[in-house]
Amino acid sequence: MSTLEIRDLHVSVETENGPVQILHGVNLTVNSGQTHAIMGPNGSGKSTLAYALAGHPKYTVTSGSLTLDGEDLLEMTPDERARAGMFLAMQYPVEVPGVSVSNFLRSAKTAIDGEAPKLRTWVKDVKTAMDNLRIDPEFSERDLNTGFSGGEKKRHEILQLELLNPTFAVLDETDSGLDIDALRIVSDGVNRFSSGGDKGVLLITHYTRILRYIKPDFVHVFVGGKVAEEGGPELAEKLEEHGYADYVGEGAAV
Amino acid sequence: MSTATETPAQHGLAAHSHGAGTKSVKGALDRFASFDVADHSVPHGREEEWRFVPMSRLRGLHDDAALDGSDYTVAVDVDPRVTATSVGADDSRKGSSTYVPVDRPSARAWAAAEKTFTVDIPRDEIIERPSVIRLTGTSADRGAAGHLVITAGRHSKSVVVIEYDGSSSFVENVEVVAEDGAELTVVAVQDWADDAVHLAHHHVHVGRDATVKHAVITFGGDLVRNGTTLNYAGPGGDATLLGLYYADAGQFIENRLVVDHNTPNAKSDVEYKGALQGKSAHAVWVGDVLIRKEATGINTYELNRNLVLTDGARADSVPNLEIETGEIEGAGHASATGRFDDEQLFYLRARGIPEDLARKLVVRGFFASLINRIGVPEIKDRLMTTVERELAVAEELAAEAAGDA
Ligand SMILES: Nc1ncnc2c1ncn2[C@@H]1O[C@H](COP(=O)(O)OP(=O)(O)OP(=O)(O)O)[C@@H](O)[C@H]1O
Ligand SMILES: [Mg+2]
Repeated sequence: MSTLEIRDLHVSVETENGPVQILHGVNLTVNSGQTHAIMGPNGSGKSTLAYALAGHPKYTVTSGSLTLDGEDLLEMTPDERARAGMFLAMQYPVEVPGVSVSNFLRSAKTAIDGEAPKLRTWVKDVKTAMDNLRIDPEFSERDLNTGFSGGEKKRHEILQLELLNPTFAVLDETDSGLDIDALRIVSDGVNRFSSGGDKGVLLITHYTRILRYIKPDFVHVFVGGKVAEEGGPELAEKLEEHGYADYVGEGAAV
Repeated sequence: MSTATETPAQHGLAAHSHGAGTKSVKGALDRFASFDVADHSVPHGREEEWRFVPMSRLRGLHDDAALDGSDYTVAVDVDPRVTATSVGADDSRKGSSTYVPVDRPSARAWAAAEKTFTVDIPRDEIIERPSVIRLTGTSADRGAAGHLVITAGRHSKSVVVIEYDGSSSFVENVEVVAEDGAELTVVAVQDWADDAVHLAHHHVHVGRDATVKHAVITFGGDLVRNGTTLNYAGPGGDATLLGLYYADAGQFIENRLVVDHNTPNAKSDVEYKGALQGKSAHAVWVGDVLIRKEATGINTYELNRNLVLTDGARADSVPNLEIETGEIEGAGHASATGRFDDEQLFYLRARGIPEDLARKLVVRGFFASLINRIGVPEIKDRLMTTVERELAVAEELAAEAAGDA
């Protein structure tokens, strides 16, 4: 079993007007085998948490700790974190012109595994994963994320998730911008990933609809840069009915 | 009317707005043009068009230095249906693009060129294989003048590649005429030796419903200055102007473009990308777009991106847009100069790719995406090989800098 532990995490972001504190003490423990949903209103700091986990250079951890099986993630560069088993499916995947999807996937797989994948099985694995996610094979030769529609970008994040097969997946609003068919396709991908072994999922979302397809074990309500309430799946239903109104006052006070 | 100024949000780099910061391009566009050399006074470097140029390195080509040199050879490799030949200076094709020299070197070359080199693609012919004209300079001692006219006949489809290498002090005019409905790609590759000076003016004349892709790629030379002007012979023209430059230590590369939207329902899309490395490498890009009153329903976009790979290099980037009609489909421009795109690097690193390799992928991608847009497979590999050679220098410089620190 693996454990991702977030303790009293305070994070600030670099802006043009200097650093701004966004996270004010986040506590969260994710064990492999579990799916945690993080839900919260716009601007509550969900993506900031995701970026801090992945080691984005714009986000600075001002205090608190972040460990993966006791190893200090804060000491690791973004690529070291990925090689240690972390994966972030981004809310807004970045376009990288001139780097083909196939070249990128092969480079990432080689980096994660420490050796180049065997050509024949790799080609087959990519094809299967693309088929499962209904991605047209010709996307292999396209520039990474460049000119992809919002939904296509999200499907490619899950394609990478399946092919790179990390221990912990942080999915930042992978559901937003997907129509109902795409939502199902993407959810199936996430479920394939988690059923493939001892995996942990941190599912960041604004809406409850993805939770019909991906069942969380725990739900955390994120407001004003910290966890405002947590519970089981029933908490999501409460949010579905009442929205975030109950929490926003509290968030403003933070 | 919609005008958009944007730099993709992910780059987080500066875009220019059309507000107070935009200066009028009237002066540049309505600038004086004349065939008579005497009408063009000798520039001294303070003039708007010359303000970036290290005048002392022009070898007097802008002044009165002789342009009677002939230290170069021309090799031609074209499909049998294409005519590529040297004709007299009085040939009627000279001037058929409507171009009138806009500066003194251009006027001097116009007057001095004893011959006109013509490339003709016959009407209705579809010619897959690129026509290649290669000019090899053998000495930079004496100024030389050239004149080239490329004419793509009605509804023809073809690719013309003009390659330059060796040593030269070369001043030239290139006229590109795409007749109605023609589809023409012209690629100029300036792969000069270190001592070359090249002052080129290209004028592109886009026929009714014609599609022109024009690309200028600059690797070598001590000083290379390209003026590119473009106008339309009728409505419905579609122009793509691409550029790639790689300035090394001490090199000066300037590209000045003027797209003159003088007809309705035309399109222009400009993308110039450059990389700079080494001490006093200097690249200048000035892109002017004029949308005249009659140019209703047009669409234009221009983009310049510079990748500054080491300290001590300088990139100037000046997009200008002047709009005289409200009835356009879209107009926008963006300019960005920086080191690496941090968001791109982060994305690759978040997938486990080590920083070194992530940088390599991003930088190669920067060039590859433009080379892919040129869309001439026959030269793609060679261009990428040259880019690799240049990048090896950058990586050495970076390693040295790291060693010094
Ligand atoms: N790079 C940044 N520069 C400036 N402000 C930032 C930056 N990143 C985050 N912020 C600010 O931090 C706060 C939290 O942003 P974050 O993106 O983490 O929220 P979120 O919960 O993911 O929102 P959403 O539901 O809209 O995705 C917001 O007020 C946002 O404006
Ligand atoms: Mg977010």
